[in-house]
Amino acid sequence: MIIQAKNQAIEAHNLTVIYNKKPVLWNIDFTLPLGEITGIMGPNGAGKSTLIKAILGLVALDSGYARVFDKKLDEVRDKVAYIPQRQSIDWDFPATVRDVVTMGRFQSKGLFKRMGNEDRRIIDEALSQVGMSSYAGRQISQLSGGQQQRVFLARALAQQAELYLLDEPFAGVDASTEQSIMDLLVRMKRAGKTVVVVHHDLQTARHYFDWLVLLNTSLVASGPSEQVFTDELLRSTYSGKLTVLSRVGDQLRDRNFPVRENGK
Amino acid sequence: MASDYTAFFLLQDPNVRLVLAGTILIGIIAAITGCFTFLRKRALAGDAISHSVLPGVCLAFLFYGEKNPLVLMSGAIASGLLSLVLMEAVTRARLARPDTAIALMLSVFFGAGIVLLTAIQHQGNAAQAGLDKFLLGKAASITREDLQLIGLSACIIVGLIAVFFRGFYLISFDEDFAFSIGFRVKFLQFLLSVITVWTIAIGIQSTGVVLMAALLVTPALSARMWTDSVVRMVFIAGFFGALSGYVGAFISYTAPALPTGPWIVVSATLLAGISLAFAPGKGLVSRWAVHQKNRRKSTDENILKLFYQLIEKSGGAQHGLLEEDLINQRSFNLQTLRTGLKRLIRKGLVVQLAGVYSLSEAGMSAATRVVRLHRLWELYLQRYLHLEPDHVHDDAEAIEHVITPEIEQMLAEELGYPDKDPHQTNIPPETL
Repeated sequence: MIIQAKNQAIEAHNLTVIYNKKPVLWNIDFTLPLGEITGIMGPNGAGKSTLIKAILGLVALDSGYARVFDKKLDEVRDKVAYIPQRQSIDWDFPATVRDVVTMGRFQSKGLFKRMGNEDRRIIDEALSQVGMSSYAGRQISQLSGGQQQRVFLARALAQQAELYLLDEPFAGVDASTEQSIMDLLVRMKRAGKTVVVVHHDLQTARHYFDWLVLLNTSLVASGPSEQVFTDELLRSTYSGKLTVLSRVGDQLRDRNFPVRENGK
Repeated sequence: MASDYTAFFLLQDPNVRLVLAGTILIGIIAAITGCFTFLRKRALAGDAISHSVLPGVCLAFLFYGEKNPLVLMSGAIASGLLSLVLMEAVTRARLARPDTAIALMLSVFFGAGIVLLTAIQHQGNAAQAGLDKFLLGKAASITREDLQLIGLSACIIVGLIAVFFRGFYLISFDEDFAFSIGFRVKFLQFLLSVITVWTIAIGIQSTGVVLMAALLVTPALSARMWTDSVVRMVFIAGFFGALSGYVGAFISYTAPALPTGPWIVVSATLLAGISLAFAPGKGLVSRWAVHQKNRRKSTDENILKLFYQLIEKSGGAQHGLLEEDLINQRSFNLQTLRTGLKRLIRKGLVVQLAGVYSLSEAGMSAATRVVRLHRLWELYLQRYLHLEPDHVHDDAEAIEHVITPEIEQMLAEELGYPDKDPHQTNIPPETL
């Protein structure tokens, strides 16, 4: 079931991404609504993180394109904030909480401009929104998982973007932090922001998200949560890979065929 | 010999000034550049690149016919970059994993360099004399021309790092994020690579291709021990690099027969050793001191607890204890017990009169607290982790020493202010 959003924040057209000769995303085609919280769900290895990276241009596309706010991403980069998986970076890096949040201002400042009072005010505000003000001077190596996640969130807030893409923000986070992050996302939505979250907990998905994308290499469903969150659709997302699709993928890899006839 | 030292330290000899300026400059820029090599976890790649500049130096000499610093440096940079490009190409094409690609380039390029070097030496061209100094470095061979090139390169490199600092800093921390906010990650990576290769190329004269990687990474490692800020790290590393360069020049001056590279690296390593040992907080001594402090705290609290238990057992009748009473009860060794008692007396928690030990009022309340924490924790383990009563003791022995008053409060509240532990002994109430 694929329902098109009325006001579109993101449009993915025919996205295909191949890692090591095997499709990780196959012909993904959907639209996500503006000003809502969207959850991207699917089993491990379904390509959820890759989908976000594909939208951001972090991975090479083997076919298709993605548009954000009806423009090419490069034209609207300053309106998009990306929150990578917490485990993707080295938390022993010599930096304080404040240093990391300051990186959120690098976008508007570019490589060379100095931080001003306005930037400092935005950074303070971001820290206080995630409840990390009293940790500003702390080394990031000394933070708990939940605190690390909140620091990443504060960095995104400091970007003052319109669209927020979060990759597994609730992984390895305690229940109370999860709740406070969720509250913050709802506040952001009320302020008119669009939020997209990669998530894997089915229990909470239904009441966290307005819109749901079910993914398992190919797109299973995209639409308002209440229509997409059905036993049947969930089963077809989670009951293993679509067998034929995955067999064809194996063939492509083993025989070294491109997915597109004129592709690499 | 003594006059050698004075001549060196007083900088009377213009040649000393020259060599010193060269090695110190090289030490500084290698250390500053090396901070990013270190932070990006590219130390091994740095080593491979530094070995890989050798064939470039040799080829440049072969084509040019004499040892012109600029020509040799260009050759070094070209072959260093080539090895880097090949390393990445081999990895990207999935022909080999990154570690294999690094090892491969290191040995292939260095091998080729040695072959060329040997060939040049057998040519009988007098101009080649000293080319072998690029292997292990010889600071004393730095000429005025060399120094000009080193100085100019140093200015440009430090300038580039200062200007692009934010970019280099961000790609060292989080490349994906840097890309997502529109930084030109590929360009920044390339620029940083060029700077690294360039640094190596000007450093090989004093340090040599074999050991240059150590001069890149060792000062960064040392600096990392002293600070948690990248900016301060860069400055501290630069200082350590300068110091190592100074030592190198000194050795080269007083013992001209020795290659300088090993000495520069030995002094850099010595500084790293000092940093690893003595840096506050992260250093070994500091960690050892914390460990000792914790052990003392455990011992003291265990002795206090013992007092409490013995008093409890006697129904409150017995207050004064002899050393034998204490040693019989617990597996203290006598020495630990005695130093522990002495410490407790000094703190005013234990009083000693004619060989009889007893708790002071403050001692009694400290002892009560330890026992209380022990028993609260036992109860917590039994209720929430569902451990059997005979399994909770050992864990509580350790945990009782780390529970803070705030956690104590939470624990008591969570357990509903209990008065019996899993062994049905009393949990003493909170003391004030």
